[in-house]
Amino acid sequence: MTYYSTILETIGNTPLVEVSQLSPNPSVRIFAKLEGVNPGGSVKDRVALSMVTEAENQGILSPGKTLIEPSSGNTGIGLAMVSRIKGYKLKVVLPANVSIERRQLLQVWGAEIIDSPAKEGSNGAVRKAQRLSKENPDYVFLYQYGNPGNPKAHFEGTGPEIWKDCPQITHFVSGLGTSGTLMGVGKFLKEQDPSIQVWAIEPPAGEVVDGLRSLEDGYIPPIFFDNNGEDLLDRKTVIGPKESIEWTRKLIDVGIFAGISSGTAMAGAARCAASIKEGSIVFVAPDGGWKYLSTGAWTEDIDVVTERARHTIYF
Amino acid sequence: MSVEVRLPTLLRPHVGGNSSLEVEGNTVGQVIDQMVSIYPDLEGQIITPNGDLHKFINIYLNDDDIRYLDKLDTKLNAGDTISILPAVAGGL
Repeated sequence: MTYYSTILETIGNTPLVEVSQLSPNPSVRIFAKLEGVNPGGSVKDRVALSMVTEAENQGILSPGKTLIEPSSGNTGIGLAMVSRIKGYKLKVVLPANVSIERRQLLQVWGAEIIDSPAKEGSNGAVRKAQRLSKENPDYVFLYQYGNPGNPKAHFEGTGPEIWKDCPQITHFVSGLGTSGTLMGVGKFLKEQDPSIQVWAIEPPAGEVVDGLRSLEDGYIPPIFFDNNGEDLLDRKTVIGPKESIEWTRKLIDVGIFAGISSGTAMAGAARCAASIKEGSIVFVAPDGGWKYLSTGAWTEDIDVVTERARHTIYF
Repeated sequence: MSVEVRLPTLLRPHVGGNSSLEVEGNTVGQVIDQMVSIYPDLEGQIITPNGDLHKFINIYLNDDDIRYLDKLDTKLNAGDTISILPAVAGGL
């Protein structure tokens, strides 16, 4: 192939890069799947293209239609890029406490931003999008938390790419957000080799949980249930913001300028490496560092940056 | 053995407003049972009537979700911290 006929063809087939210099265990190799090289800048390009393509195939989506989606950034940005190319309007329900660059990128691609309160976090954005889509039945609500196209992008793309590039994989480590990456990749890898362990990494629940009025306001993504997430995962562990930023900085030592959630996943991979005798760990670095320059993550005092991260959605 | 149990805001009214408690037990399940016997208002809030963990409750032993350890049978060591948290939507 000498050229791509559309930028959308460059989504996926991301590089897998060994970062074993950072492994705390000399018998465990660690590889980073660099999703920041996708054209919209994150792993969510895969999800955006997959969900839009499915909706087009089902006849739900046609040019001129308006999409609505709750997103703290990356899915919104991916959808905004795909929508711009394909001629859809996009409204993104965005929690107020995301980095300024995420907001700017949505504007670059021409998405309309609908703010949702910072203190309600992603839960609040989901609820608001659900309400708006009910009130406006002509909107197309792809709903990444419940859309089978989300894990499918990883079952058919990310998972096979990892298996082809690293057939010696023993552990897969990824952040848990919508659970799409973990469900899709995890299911694919376990079908190839059931002994592969799947680790979910998550940031601390933070202040959002304090705003919950009752347990029934809790939320678990439908795709987690649809894919028997509890059986699929082997471990679920929390990594705090300070550790995430420390590892985001260490990734720079091996030439990887990645976002803070990549530092979270790398921290999880390091914890995994320290807990096993030998093996090969693959983790997903969801985006590049560009969108987080304003957070000072690499350059300012770590305690100042950590405190700031507690109030920002970086995952 | 007693361990520290941290509680989310929405469960604090059931335990006299405390944000954390020192509770006796050798497994996570024993600790929860002990808490419920001291604070009967917690009945049904963490464990459902058929003995399962409430679907919107996550319990962490230090940093690990006990659903992927030995669930309520997960054994405790001195100095462990148990955190009880409601499930919320993650980043996206």
